[in-house]
Amino acid sequence: MLSIKNLHASIEDKEILKGINLEIKAGEVHAIMGPNGSGKSTLSAVIAGNENYEVTEGSVELLGEDLADLAPEERAHKGVFLSFQYPVEIPGVSVTNFMKTAINESRKANGKEEMPANEMLKLIREKSELLEIDRKFLSRSLNEGFSGGEKKRNEIFQMAMLEPKLAILDETDSGLDIDALRIVANGVNKLKSQENAVLVITHYQRLLDYIIPDFVHVLMDGKIVKSGGKELALELEERGYDWIKQEQEV
Amino acid sequence: MDLKEKLISSFMAFEEKVDVTAQLHDIRTSAIKNFENKGFPTKKEEAWKYTSLNTVLKNDFSVFPKRENSIEFKDVKKFFLHEIDTYKLVFIDGKFSSFMSSTTHEGIDVCLLSSVLTKPKYKMVLDTYFNQIASKDESLTTLNTAFAQEGAFINIPKSKVADKPIEIIHFSTGVESALMVQPRNLIIVGENAHVQIIERHQSLNSNPVLTNSVTEIFAQKRAIVDYYKIQNDEQTANLIDNTYISQKQESRVAVHTFSFGGNITRNNLNFYHFGERIDSTLKGITIIGDKQHVDHYTLVNHATPNCESHQNYKTILGGSSTGVFNGKIFVEKEAQKTDAFQQNNNILLSDKATINAKPQLEIFADDVKCSHGCTIGQLDESAMFYMQQRGIPKKEAKALLLYAFSNGVIESIKIPELKQRITKIIAMKLGVNLGFDL
Repeated sequence: MLSIKNLHASIEDKEILKGINLEIKAGEVHAIMGPNGSGKSTLSAVIAGNENYEVTEGSVELLGEDLADLAPEERAHKGVFLSFQYPVEIPGVSVTNFMKTAINESRKANGKEEMPANEMLKLIREKSELLEIDRKFLSRSLNEGFSGGEKKRNEIFQMAMLEPKLAILDETDSGLDIDALRIVANGVNKLKSQENAVLVITHYQRLLDYIIPDFVHVLMDGKIVKSGGKELALELEERGYDWIKQEQEV
Repeated sequence: MDLKEKLISSFMAFEEKVDVTAQLHDIRTSAIKNFENKGFPTKKEEAWKYTSLNTVLKNDFSVFPKRENSIEFKDVKKFFLHEIDTYKLVFIDGKFSSFMSSTTHEGIDVCLLSSVLTKPKYKMVLDTYFNQIASKDESLTTLNTAFAQEGAFINIPKSKVADKPIEIIHFSTGVESALMVQPRNLIIVGENAHVQIIERHQSLNSNPVLTNSVTEIFAQKRAIVDYYKIQNDEQTANLIDNTYISQKQESRVAVHTFSFGGNITRNNLNFYHFGERIDSTLKGITIIGDKQHVDHYTLVNHATPNCESHQNYKTILGGSSTGVFNGKIFVEKEAQKTDAFQQNNNILLSDKATINAKPQLEIFADDVKCSHGCTIGQLDESAMFYMQQRGIPKKEAKALLLYAFSNGVIESIKIPELKQRITKIIAMKLGVNLGFDL
């Protein structure tokens, strides 16, 4: 699904990613953990194609296709979805209209007809129920005045609508209370299949109790320094990151 | 002979030609004298610091069209709000076109200013209202007063509601190589009366036009006036719009100005309060590019207590275009408990575009609420990335953001068909076709 090889990336000439290698297969859930400033959010932004970051070396491939020359929207059309740590408020554009535009642009890019209105409504109903989102909420301006939890739930709602091949959840658990966390995790788990993959980026182990990863990677100073199974997350929760640092130094 | 001399020298001939009362003669004479003293405004004047008429005035404008021209309705249908039934006052090169118009005297008057100026039965109206709120000092307004001859006369008597919107459209056909027109509108809205008016100036080809328009609006007690100005003209058309509004107690007047084009557009919009609990709304959307220039010069004169004014102007500038917003709020000593709000947001889409924004608050009362906010910025990059990440291409994402930016003003358009039309024009200006109206 996703193949990252020796990825180096920098912002304003400051190197953040210093040689990342990562293979994610269809049907898998990977988690990337690491201390603040280790490059977790940069990695997700680079995969999604944020033009503020410059890839200086290495490659990112989705289903065998190099993403280097693709704009963010083209990557989205190919099935990359990024749930933002800080979803942007867009006053004046309702959630529904935004989703209609997003879905139809994607269909257009993939040579499909626009989705008929009744089908769209049905999809919206179905997915908003999955995320336990009130219908009234959908006519509100996108993210404007939403609480932290509402924003994150709305991100996963959008993910459910767009049915991506690769979903990257960037700190989706931050700002969520336990009920919202359960709803969000439940949404993600229902969408999980053998045809897609999930990359969870998180600071804490908490979310991984609900979205069980197949692999856990530790990102430090722009590199993946340790990989393991789901038990690695528990160990990190218990012992922090210092012991890995020490391991590295040895 | 420059344009000023040409105008002054043609004034006598003009007066001889029109049949007018002695009183009107006095008004015209003092008006032309004022113009003669002051001339066209220059950048040396504070009020015209950012707008120069120099290049426009170099055109050899004919001040009275020599030939009449007719146009086919089907060719200009798109400039009307043809989806709904409206009263229409149509002027072609300054002359009334009865063929295209739809006037009335039933219950309300939707007719011509020339009747008011010449017919004895309108003497009362003429004495009471004509040139009563328009400036006797501002040079372009007095120039218009001197030559005032034709335009709209709308009179909605007490407690009447105009049953459909009224469209005032001025066409320039380009029959003259360069034409100057000076429409004059007089609008009286009686106690408890209500009217919706749409005004448009439209060139039909690219011969230069200079329109110097004056509109006087009198809103009596509890009157409601919704006034919409659509400015989406050829790049050789110049418009100076001088609108003066007199409001009595508890009246509500809203003027929306949509400036989407033309060469130089200057909107002088003036509100004067004569009574308590008055509500004034001034809103505008400006979207221009190339070398276009739009200048909004607004004044709200709070002279009485307990009144409100709401201003909201959104500007999107591309190319080498320039925008000006000068919003003056004047609160007199007596105008306690005034609530005046002014918002002006500007987005520059190119490095060569310029905005000059100047909020100007002069407050002499001590118990008032006045606030103003002015922002100048570029498109929000993080919002762009967010939308692109969801699969919305850059161009559409940009348009969506700009739509959203202007949405606060679009929302308050009270005629649904007009709202749709404005939304469409905006989409066209932004070069996209979105699958929905916001």
